Formats: sequence, C-alpha cells, structure tokens
Amino acid sequence: MTALPQAPPVATPPAARGRSWRGPWRPPYVLAAVTVGYLVWSLAPVLLAVLFSFNSGRSRSAWQGFSMRWYYADPTLSVLHDESLRRALTHTLTLGVLTTLVAVPLGVAFALGLDRWHGRLPASANFTMLLSFVIPEIVLAVGLFYMITLLATPFVLGTTAQVVGLVTFQLSYPVVIVRARLATIGPQYEEAARDLGASALGAVRRVLLPMLMPAIFTSAVLVFADVLDDFVIVRYLSSDAFTETTSIKIYNTARGAPTPALNAVATLMLVASFVVVLLGWLAVRRFGRGQEEPASLGAFTGQV
Amino acid sequence: MAGHLDAVQGRRVSGTAPPERRRSLLGVALTLPGAVWLAVFFLVPLYVVVSISTGTVDPVFRSVVPAWNPRDWSGDQFGYVLSRLTGPDGFFGPVMVRTVVYVLLAVAGCLAVAYPVAWFVARHSGRRRGLVLALIVAPFWISYMMRMLAWVNLLADDGLVNRLLGGAGLVADPVTFLSGRPTTVVLGLVYGYVPYMILPMYAALDRISPALLEAARDLGAGRFETFRRVVLPMSVPGVLAGLVLVALPMTGDYFTNDLLSASPSTAMLGNLINTSVANPSQAGQAGALVLVLVLAMAVPMLLYVRSSVRSDLAS
Repeated sequence: MTALPQAPPVATPPAARGRSWRGPWRPPYVLAAVTVGYLVWSLAPVLLAVLFSFNSGRSRSAWQGFSMRWYYADPTLSVLHDESLRRALTHTLTLGVLTTLVAVPLGVAFALGLDRWHGRLPASANFTMLLSFVIPEIVLAVGLFYMITLLATPFVLGTTAQVVGLVTFQLSYPVVIVRARLATIGPQYEEAARDLGASALGAVRRVLLPMLMPAIFTSAVLVFADVLDDFVIVRYLSSDAFTETTSIKIYNTARGAPTPALNAVATLMLVASFVVVLLGWLAVRRFGRGQEEPASLGAFTGQV
Repeated sequence: MAGHLDAVQGRRVSGTAPPERRRSLLGVALTLPGAVWLAVFFLVPLYVVVSISTGTVDPVFRSVVPAWNPRDWSGDQFGYVLSRLTGPDGFFGPVMVRTVVYVLLAVAGCLAVAYPVAWFVARHSGRRRGLVLALIVAPFWISYMMRMLAWVNLLADDGLVNRLLGGAGLVADPVTFLSGRPTTVVLGLVYGYVPYMILPMYAALDRISPALLEAARDLGAGRFETFRRVVLPMSVPGVLAGLVLVALPMTGDYFTNDLLSASPSTAMLGNLINTSVANPSQAGQAGALVLVLVLAMAVPMLLYVRSSVRSDLAS
C-alpha cells in the first residue's frame, strides 16, 4: 500500500483550497454595489425633481428655501391657480377613471369568455389581443388618429377618442391577468357549483367572480396607473388645450422655461399613482384572504 | 323521498347534459364585446394605415386619398419611402441606420444593467428583498415624462450637473448635454426602459433552484463555470422576454429624443413618423413609415405572441 504516496486529488494545498472555498456564498460585493448604484441612478433624479417642486424661487437647480408656492401659494403660476395645469391634472385623472371603468369589465368578460369558448374565432381574438399588447404604441395611436379623421366615426378627436384609444391599448392587462388567475383556479369550483344546481351564469357570478376579485383589482390598478403615464395615444387623439394631460404638458413645456409648478404637477401625479397602488394593494389583500396567492407589489407591474 | 331524489337527480342530469352547449353560449356572449372592440378599434385602424400608405395624394388639395379597396393599392408611397432610403436624396437612410444603432446600444445597455441587478435581487438580497423589489418596481409608478423631466432639469445648461461641474472647475462653459448628443439620447433610452427588463429577468432568475447551483458547485464547477453552464442557459427565456419588451417600445419612441435632444441630428424612426403625422400632406408617408416599423418589429412581436399562446396551452 506504499504505492499511494501522492496525495489524493482533494488534498489541494490549504491556501488554494481556502481561496476557492472561502465562502462560496460570500456576499457578492460587486453585485451589491451595482444594484445600489442602479437604484440611486434610477430614483435620485426623480427625488430631486420632487424636491425642487418645493423651491421658493423659480430655479429648478438652485435651492432657495422651502415653500408651497408652486402648489397653491402663488396667485397666478401655482398648480391651483394656473388654469392649464389644473385642467391637465383633472383631465388626466378623468381619463384614468373612465378608461378603467370600461377596460376592466370588458377585459374580465373577454377572459372568462375565452376560457369557455374554443375554436378558430376565439383563438384569433386571443391572438389579436396579445398583438395589441406588444405593438408599439405609436402604431395604434397613428392608426386611430387617421381612422377618426378620415372615416365618419360617431365621435371626433377629444376625450371620447382618448378613452377609446386607451381602452384598446389597456384591454390586454385585465385579460392576461384574469386568464392567469383562472388557470390557477381550475374548473373544479365552477363544476361543483353547477353540480349543486347553479346556472352557468350563476356559477360565474357567485363562485368565480369572488375568487377573481384580487386579479380584477390588480388589473384595475395597473390600467389606472398606466393611463396616468400615457403620452403617445392621448397626444395624438387630443383635440385642443382642454384635452391635454399632464404628460402632454410636460412634453410641451419641459424644454422651454418652465417654473417648478411643472415639477409640482408631476409630483402630484406621482402621489396619485402611489396612492392608487397602495389602495389597490390593500384591497387585494382584503379580497385575497384565504386564497393561496399572497398579494405582492410585483403583481402591479404587469409582469404576468 | 324517492320522488325528491328523482327530482334532484333529474336536475343534475339535465344540468350536465347540455352544459357544453350552454357554456359555450355564455362563452360567446362574454367574448364578443371584447372581440368586437378589438376588431373595430385595433384591426380597423391598422387597415386604415395600410390604406393610406397604399393610397394616392390628391393633386389639388395635397391631401391623402386612401385606397380602401385592395385592388386600388398602389406602391407609390412605399416607392417614395424606399427611394429616400438610399440614393442621392436619401434622408431616410441615415435615420433608419441611426434607429437600429441607438436601439441596439440602448438594449445592450439595458442588458448590462438589468442582468446583474436582477441576479442580485433574486439570489442575494436576503432579508432586504422586499425593500429592494419595491424600489425596483417604483419607476413603474412614476410617469415616464416625469422621469425625463427630472433629467432635463439635471442636464439643462443651468442644471445641477453643470453647476457641479462648473463649481468644481472642470468645465469653463456649461456642457450642452441636451442639444443633439447621441450619448444623452442612448443613455436616456436605457434609463427610461431598463425597469421593463429587470422584472422579467428577475422572474426567470428567481425560478432557478438554489439546489442546482449547489449541485454544480459540489460537482466541481467554479463560480464562473456555474454561471456560464447553469445560470446563463436557464435565464435565456427571461432575457429574451426582456429584450423584446424593451426593444419594441424603444423603436417607436420619439418623445425621449424630443425631450433630451430635440435635434434632427439624432432623429429616429419615431421622430420621422411624428413629424409626418403633424403634416397633413405627408399622411401617406406617415402610413408607410408606420408599416415599415410594424414590418421591422414583426418577428419579435410574433415570437412574443407565440410564446404567450404556448404558455397558455401549457397551463
């Protein structure tokens, strides 16, 4: 047995072994630094823009003291007193509410329908819906713009056209989210309800819909927040200054000589968006009690 | 008792025999409103774009005359667009090349930022994962225009960046970041769209079981070999989804460019479309350019739709 003088392959020199195995799961400092750097890069500019909405002077880069001047104190230039800024704010919120009220019921019904109608027609409807999800927004916006201006549609450019365009672009969110939820629910609850004597519609209304509530709330929040963010569709389908949204306002004036009131409008939209997400999250948690999937903020990003 | 049982059973039988038909009736009724909506407000507008891009221009009013009937389709507008792509007066050509280059650079930038961040959050964020995820999701709730406004504020001639550079004595005159600089535009695109790439990547990387990584390490693979031979192949679907989700809107984007550069020297396809739409006599050209965009993006769009349909069928 003296024929085995050499060390077995595991016995590498202690130093080398120490290097390669010094915590194979040790904290990856480089990755951590990249992540922290990314978060600072992604959020710091926005926080600075929010900060300067509270500036007491006109500058958006030199701090001149805290004030609420650009929100309500300034008699002509503040968000409260500048007609065009106030109108942009209310118009954006109106579009958000109207679009959510149309797109979510339409999308939920579409998802439930696709779940129980199989064939070539619903398959192509599904394909069209998915295509509307990935198509660049400008394609749909330009198409709708020419359709409304060249064809005798019963409505003209303006609020109605904007809502129609937004509903078309947002329809896929409730459909995709509700269909994903339907796939995890499975057919057994509905079948049980039918066995116990419920009609087809009754089973959907009294069994499926309550179970879908978290998905419905999630998609409502997504649609609403995405409408507040929309620019391309609302701009092409707007008619005049009365149908301008905050995003159009920012686009039109950011490169001019805007006052911090523009930052204040943007900050108010940010607050509106965060409030809706928070309310939606609470609602999903409330309606989702007893269901296996916990509510997560990630669900509100449309990554389904 | 027996009669009651019969009644119950009878109801059950009558409830199970025709439900296939009744169900599908309900299905049709529920599907139709959405399907009709999409046909009228999605497919018809696409057809309108085809019709105006294959139409002709009224010689008197210089307005577009759409060709509604496919037999009247003419290739004039496409011929015009194609003739402007190359040749002596080819001012579309450079724009197309620029669009491809900018989008490729910006997508590569997104990938370089998103992959390490997604990997860190999925694998190493530990107890702070909730917080880090919330911060990563935050840009979704901040309007895109506000995020661009924030950079316009920072990069303006009298903005914070120039104040800092000037204060440190690094530059004598303010740097004109916002006047036709390709770097600003590409970085702006990365900044704008990178959140849309991190999340699908995070979802894909988070699904990789730690046991697989431990197995790779136990079998003698080093950190990098584990990454190259286990993590990388398994993350391909997430990476592809992220690439498509970022590249599609980026290619049609014109507002990032308008806000951060506002110069024809950095104009992209989206800017061409936008200026053509603004000019009524160029409607045909706008339609043709939109179709160029759709055709250029057809492959990634169809791949994405097909993979969505497949995962539907699998579930």
